[in-house]
Amino acid sequence: MDGFIFLFRGGLLHEVDDVSPEEMQQHMDKWQAWIADMTRKEIFLGGEPLHVEGGRVVTRGGVVSDGPFPEAKEMVAGYVAIRVDTMEEACEVAKGCPIYDYDGRVEVHKILAEHSDAVDEAVAQELAAS
Amino acid sequence: MTSERETQASPGQSTSPESDVTDQLVDHFFRHESAKLVALLTRVFGLHNLDLVEDVVQSALLRALESWKFKGVPADPTAWVYRVARNRALDVIRRRSTAEKYGPDVAWLEAARDSDCPLDELFLDREIQDSQLRMIFACCRDELAPESQIALALKILCGFSVAEISRALLGSEASVKKRIYRAKQQLAAHRDDFQVPDGDDLAGRLESVHGVLYLLFNEGYNSQHPDELIRRDLCEEAIRLCHQLSEHPCASPATRALLALMMLHAARFDARLDSEGGILRLEDQDRERWHRPLIVRGLEFLDASAAGDTLTRYHLEAGIAAQHCLAPSFEATDWPTIRGLYDHLVRLHPTPVGELNRAIVIAQIDGPAAGIAAIESAPGLRQLGAYHLLDATLGELHLRAGNRERARTYFESASAKTRSLSERRHLVRRLHACDASAES
Repeated sequence: MDGFIFLFRGGLLHEVDDVSPEEMQQHMDKWQAWIADMTRKEIFLGGEPLHVEGGRVVTRGGVVSDGPFPEAKEMVAGYVAIRVDTMEEACEVAKGCPIYDYDGRVEVHKILAEHSDAVDEAVAQELAAS
Repeated sequence: MTSERETQASPGQSTSPESDVTDQLVDHFFRHESAKLVALLTRVFGLHNLDLVEDVVQSALLRALESWKFKGVPADPTAWVYRVARNRALDVIRRRSTAEKYGPDVAWLEAARDSDCPLDELFLDREIQDSQLRMIFACCRDELAPESQIALALKILCGFSVAEISRALLGSEASVKKRIYRAKQQLAAHRDDFQVPDGDDLAGRLESVHGVLYLLFNEGYNSQHPDELIRRDLCEEAIRLCHQLSEHPCASPATRALLALMMLHAARFDARLDSEGGILRLEDQDRERWHRPLIVRGLEFLDASAAGDTLTRYHLEAGIAAQHCLAPSFEATDWPTIRGLYDHLVRLHPTPVGELNRAIVIAQIDGPAAGIAAIESAPGLRQLGAYHLLDATLGELHLRAGNRERARTYFESASAKTRSLSERRHLVRRLHACDASAES
């Protein structure tokens, strides 16, 4: 098993004109169903949404600035970590994400590890802690 | 005016296919919280700042969405959203200049700068209810055109988006936007009147509110809208608002009569369509499919409406609906009592549709020829020229009277005038009935 990270970019309803409360609820239901499905398959390790406003960029010399950030649809809006055997499997899982309903995309990255045992151990620890 | 011929659709039990996943939130939670928060925050920002209020509420709900889609719904989602909305509102006031003029309750919010307590009072159930009542009266003003009243009610009182309203009312988004924009301008002119009216003012204002809720219900119940779910939503919203109104001391017996009327019609919502979505006439409906609990509640409200000395059209229409709901079968319907109620109704509130329904009842009692005569002699019925139900009714009565050719002409004309697929399907069946009776 390997660890994979999904980075969510865009897909924010903030960017959509005239989205209704009812549509928000339906969209939320879809996300919860997607995450519940990963949890049921025991591949979900965790995830968080991120504030897309008010982020900072820190550069060499301790310089802290308000950006530049790319446009909202390019910003990372959250992440999810899963564990599956292959990149193909990870992409299959990512295809089920509801983010595409609102012009978002998912970047799938494999977590770099020297050998997969290390990941398995980290995963085991994380699961034990949660 | 609902129709004697049952061209309708019913709320009551909405079921969501994913209910096993979403059992944490009640149906329409976001929609209804949005309406509550808009009413509440309007007390803080004033009727003239409705756009600002809607922005604050929208951003609070989006925040909830972003957080809950990962984390699940918190134990008390309402409190969660209110806390976020309150903080957003405070942010807005901090950011904007002190010269802004807000509503009278802005002091409550500002007192919350240092402490959480004073504002939380604003969020108590009673205050929320009171805010919503104020908003109902603010949105249902006589000077607004009926189509603006409905659009505004859906936007502000029911939390619908412009796109949803235009789908529900079968209008363009641009025209819905324009109507709402104008209506908001008119509301802003009454910025100092965000109250539940009392004294001499109350009766007239209450009548306007009843009128709008009745329109909203009929939009769902009697429209030719192809989407049953949308129609059900509209009926449910009208019932919800009317129920809210009925629980307030300002409500009158007419409020309860209107609520009874809506419930007694809504109880038959599901029974009026067959499995293929075709319209079923009252006489063909399976009465087992009528929603009994809703009928019982409707009858309770009808009982409670029998107070005071004012008889309204809502009392009479609810009385008619109750007679239908109480009849064990179509044949056992108490037609003479219903006719008496219609006689009363067309005197008190003359409308062409009322005349048409009365003629149908006369045909039940005295035969089709009497019904046709009643239609031909009714003063207002010529106005209904483009109304498919007039032709459909005449077709039905002529068929019963044995005038097959005239019946066919009327059914064909009705079919050309209706936009509803299920209605057209029904009319095709009636045309076949003309053929069948020709052979026999």
